[in-house]
Amino acid sequence: MLRIINFAHGAVMMLGMYTTYWLFTLFKIDPYLSIVITGPVFFVLGMAIQRVVIEPNRFAAEHNQLLLTLGLALFLENLALVLWQGDFRTVRPAYAGVSFVVADALVEVPRLVACGGAVVMALALFAFLRLTDVGKAIRALAEEPEGAMLMGIDVGRIRAVAFGIGAGCVAVAGALVTPFFYVAPDVGESFNIMAFVVVVLGGMGNFVGALLGGVIVGLAESLGATMLPGSLKQLVVFGLFVLVLLFRPAGLFGGGRGR
Amino acid sequence: MGAEILGGLALGVLLVAPPFLPSYFLEILISVMLFGYLGAAWNILGGYAGQFSFGHAAYFGIGAYTSTLLFLNLGVTPWLGMLAGGALAVVFGLFAGYLSFRYGLRGPYFSLVTLAFAEMLRVVAVNTKAVGSSLGLVIPNREPAPANFIFAGKLPYYYVILAMTLGAVWITRALSRSKLGYSLLAIRENEDAAEAAGVDALGMKLRAMAISSFLTALGGTFYAQYFAYIDPTITFGPSVSIQGLLQAIVGGAGTVLGPVIGAFVLTPVSELSRAAIRGRAGVDVMLYGVVLILVISFLPQGIMGWTRKRR
Repeated sequence: MLRIINFAHGAVMMLGMYTTYWLFTLFKIDPYLSIVITGPVFFVLGMAIQRVVIEPNRFAAEHNQLLLTLGLALFLENLALVLWQGDFRTVRPAYAGVSFVVADALVEVPRLVACGGAVVMALALFAFLRLTDVGKAIRALAEEPEGAMLMGIDVGRIRAVAFGIGAGCVAVAGALVTPFFYVAPDVGESFNIMAFVVVVLGGMGNFVGALLGGVIVGLAESLGATMLPGSLKQLVVFGLFVLVLLFRPAGLFGGGRGR
Repeated sequence: MGAEILGGLALGVLLVAPPFLPSYFLEILISVMLFGYLGAAWNILGGYAGQFSFGHAAYFGIGAYTSTLLFLNLGVTPWLGMLAGGALAVVFGLFAGYLSFRYGLRGPYFSLVTLAFAEMLRVVAVNTKAVGSSLGLVIPNREPAPANFIFAGKLPYYYVILAMTLGAVWITRALSRSKLGYSLLAIRENEDAAEAAGVDALGMKLRAMAISSFLTALGGTFYAQYFAYIDPTITFGPSVSIQGLLQAIVGGAGTVLGPVIGAFVLTPVSELSRAAIRGRAGVDVMLYGVVLILVISFLPQGIMGWTRKRR
């Protein structure tokens, strides 16, 4: 939305996962319940990061902003490595292994919950961007920053809020996957690249496109996994990414060429 | 005049002092030179042409794997394998570059595509048994054999990488005074305007890509010979790409000496922090993140830009 490609997203997700892990391990707070804590905390954290690191450099060249988020990602990831070492940790609540069979397919409950949670979150975000004043301001900012400013929108505040929402959502997503995924300092990286692929596929700043992009990438990866050995399935995702960047940089559903 | 005397002095120290250094400092100096070298190679495409590659690990890895595989399987000396690796890297670089430039990818989009290309090579290397898959390749038989790029002790390696770095700096200097160099600067500042003024942007960028990928691949071979071990993550992983870029950004992208100066600042910082906080991996890279943020916030032109402003 803000035309910033954020390398730190994966790192924020990783932090969200660690928060979930520690809340569970130390205070026995259920991963799904912990969303109530991680969401707001990371919203504030995201706003703070935006204020301190990104906002002062908003006039910097595009590639420098990219490097800023890269620096952030390096910092956060290795902070986690320093604090908690590189061990893989897991959160295993009682329902972690629960699954049922639907028409030959094994469905694990936590994965289903994560999927449902993601859909709910996406719908909520969509409604937020469409219906609320702040949501509308964010979209206005994405369309026409100067125009938005002239209309009396406090663009600095809106940018911070948008960044905070992004961080909060990513952290909640981290909490949702924790019951069936491992937690490690570099866990965010794999999600990071996936997120770029999805967003570019759907078109930058195009919300519905991003959702559809997610479905396409998910399908492509699963198909790749059944047809190719080992971790070669990642090749499919990267290949898709390169092709989309080359031929439809504005996304599959965007109008023509991005730039 | 003063700068030239200073540079001459520094060069003299770099040539004469190392034999008298304890091996720990020699190791650091080799790292400094290797990173400075990679930074200088990245700088030609990223600094001069303004094309921020996030995937130089691709060329580094191609260089490391080509020379090592040729040596292990066919007994070809890495000195020749180095050139083969460089040539292969150029081919790959031109392929990736042609695709991205031809389809008008600029700025962050170019960065992402180069990252994706490097990651694809990493995934392929991890899944290919013939290149050692994720276990990587070891160069056994550490009998010193200068003809095969295997030396006794670290000192000869130091002089090799020093020569390579000086070569890269010399090439950069020559480039910065050539028509190609000026064209690249014009493209960096405003590609459309440069094209309107008759600069062949595609051709010029591809030339920068070729030089940059070739040099980076030579660095890969040096790495393989010096450490005698490579694996997909070490060579094709994103951290290699970031290392090269970091030196150039911190020192000053688009300057002749910037990357080397960046390496002289960054490497000791990371070594010291690692020595100060033992047993906790990641401190050095964490500091890199901080330095990167600080440099972009306060010294967007890098150290070189800062000294120039003060003069």
